[in-house]
Amino acid sequence: MLSRVAERVYWQARYLERAENTARLLNVFSTLLLDLPTGTKLGWRSLVEITGGEEAFDARYKQAVERSVVKFLLAENNGSSILDMLAHTRENARTTREIMPSEAFEKINELYYFAKENASSGISRGPRHELLEAIISSCQQISGLMAGTMSRGAAYSFVRLGRSLERADMTTRIVDVGSFNLLSSISKSKDQAAADEPYDNILWMNVLRSQSAYQMYRQHVKHRVNGEDVVTFLLRDEEFPRSVTHNLITITKVLHKLPNQEKVSKQVEKTLRIVGRGKLGKLMDEGLLEYIDDLQLEIASVHKKVADTWFLPNK
Amino acid sequence: MRVNWKTYNSGKFYDEIISSPGYARKPARGLASYLRSLTHEELLQKKTAAELAIKTMGISFTVYSDGENIDREWPFDIIPRVIAEKEWNHTSLGLKQRLRALNCFIHDVYNDQKIFKDKLIPKELILNSGNFRKECVGIKPRFDTWAHICGTDLIRDHTGEFFVLEDNLRVPSGVSYMLENRRVTKRVFPELFENYNIQPVTEYPDQLFDMLSAISPEPKEFPEIVVLTPGVYNSAYFEHSYLAQRMGAELVEGGDLVVEKDRVFMKTVDGLSQVDVIYRRIDDLFLDPSVFNKESVLGVSGLFKAWVKGNVALANAPGAGVADDKIIYTYVPQFIKYYLGEEPILPNVPSYLCIDKVQRQHVLENLDKLVVKPANESGGYGMLIGPQASKKELEEFARRIKADPRNYMAQPLISLSTVPILGDRIVEPRHVDLRPFVLQADKSYVTAGGLTRVAMVKGSYIVNSSQGGGSKDTWIVGDS
Repeated sequence: MLSRVAERVYWQARYLERAENTARLLNVFSTLLLDLPTGTKLGWRSLVEITGGEEAFDARYKQAVERSVVKFLLAENNGSSILDMLAHTRENARTTREIMPSEAFEKINELYYFAKENASSGISRGPRHELLEAIISSCQQISGLMAGTMSRGAAYSFVRLGRSLERADMTTRIVDVGSFNLLSSISKSKDQAAADEPYDNILWMNVLRSQSAYQMYRQHVKHRVNGEDVVTFLLRDEEFPRSVTHNLITITKVLHKLPNQEKVSKQVEKTLRIVGRGKLGKLMDEGLLEYIDDLQLEIASVHKKVADTWFLPNK
Repeated sequence: MRVNWKTYNSGKFYDEIISSPGYARKPARGLASYLRSLTHEELLQKKTAAELAIKTMGISFTVYSDGENIDREWPFDIIPRVIAEKEWNHTSLGLKQRLRALNCFIHDVYNDQKIFKDKLIPKELILNSGNFRKECVGIKPRFDTWAHICGTDLIRDHTGEFFVLEDNLRVPSGVSYMLENRRVTKRVFPELFENYNIQPVTEYPDQLFDMLSAISPEPKEFPEIVVLTPGVYNSAYFEHSYLAQRMGAELVEGGDLVVEKDRVFMKTVDGLSQVDVIYRRIDDLFLDPSVFNKESVLGVSGLFKAWVKGNVALANAPGAGVADDKIIYTYVPQFIKYYLGEEPILPNVPSYLCIDKVQRQHVLENLDKLVVKPANESGGYGMLIGPQASKKELEEFARRIKADPRNYMAQPLISLSTVPILGDRIVEPRHVDLRPFVLQADKSYVTAGGLTRVAMVKGSYIVNSSQGGGSKDTWIVGDS
């Protein structure tokens, strides 16, 4: 498989996964609104932070309110929106059509046009849910189509690599924002914090929901929903397909099928050790931020090793 | 409202469906009566369905406009064009014959040059051609074949007879659209396929693969075949990717290749991997910056030498374009007699060479009645259509011809045949041409039909998709 093509396939998978995750986040946030008492301010800005688009956002908007954030993440050309993610997905798919199943390209193409025509309708609350659901299920349909039609060769390995790394990365971002910004932006003062306590559960529940993790959490974690268990589940559960640990393990398995993977494997093992380090209960009181920062750097480093090993050689 | 074949009128032109008001030609009868069974609204619904299919299937071509590249949906008219199998069999023999003769000529030009010694064609005419590559002299590709893939443009005149308009031997495109047009038609008119005996077109990628395998330098069960594209911004990128996909070949750009010790390798995730056959969709001059255009970033340095040494096969071979020239074209009937000892099966359009004094005089005196073409342009650019030109344009062309007679030839304006297209309100006749694709290596192959291009504007002869032309599915039908 050509290095250039491997790179495009990998990014196609990453962008598709990112589009789906962004749609999930927007959906959950929009629903969360309805559960909160009137007068509480929801930290819409944290959504921008999760996707890493603060700079582009601040250049465009003064205030991070529902309308501006949804517009930014859904329907604008700014490098962070679902529409842009899908355009990137399509472009990468269009330039690798010779190796991808043709139905997959057709579905990606269809989804892109659907989003292009309908994305701005999601800025208003009414049609938003339906729109986001449609995008999410199309993304899943495409992933399913690839799983059901692609031979387990190099091309599919790069699809899985891209998807898993993107998931791991996104989950750390959600945990990051979930454990700080989300809470602090809602509680205005200490008194308010006490009054807000019942809503903590709702928040953590929605963090789980953004990853479709609520049901699985309930089945596997016997405790009621609480911050520590949610963070542990999303970071360390080996079986849940969106947890960081699960995705790193998936990557380890995928790597066995690829040539010259030693350096990448070492980096993934290192990242796995870091996820498992320390007791989360303790970390949540102090040092979680640093812990997540470390983790994100290690994940970025996995990407770099992947690129060095397979995309850039011979250049 | 339904199609009324009695009021459908193609005037003095040969219409391929309707022979006289209300009467369809034999192979088209089923189609004509089927179209009558639908209302215009139903036909328009089918048109919308086809457009949607083309959009989601991502059948596109790239146009350069306003300083950027735009990926456009492929223009398609849903009413198929019907050609009788018997007529086609004869035509396809003519196409194979023509390509055989062209390959003999190219091989002769780069080797023995017998044709010059026998004074059939002036040597200077060839050696001064912009497509002659002196670097190729003395090279003997497998099967003595240089042009492995040829797109031959055919037109019908007012009597319905097929004429050869030009031979595209450099990097002819359009075959993927021929294949996709059929796929769309199957979605839109599945009913029609029940009662018609239509020759399938789908085997082309297999035939192409077999031909490319046959020219592999070392006979291998699985030669490494790649399609070399200039990249995603090329107007035919869709086709490059499509053919690679259908053949299971890698689609490479120049940057994916590297030449070491006169062998060509591609950069893969496993490291370097040797390439045996390159179906190149890049013009000669961009293939290898160490030999041709030094500025080229599309090709790969050392490629030409690897080919000369016989370590990699190139299709078409560099230099094959020497026969893709409007001037050389006029000699092809003579090539057929000279090299093959056969009579040409397909006629050329009568042509006047401006390099010849007598013929040039005729051209200059009749400019307003003729079509003037430069030797080396493609895509319909740089042409003069005399009867439709302004006085200023006529004067300009007279000046150009006198300045550079070698570069021009002229032909009478052929009254191109028509076929019906679906307009917004009625079904109307429009002019068409046909581009079949011919393959040659150890054996020859011709597509069943080809790509029909149609001038969507009333009265227009311009069928090029870059200039507003459309396309149609082309059916070769047997007696059912």
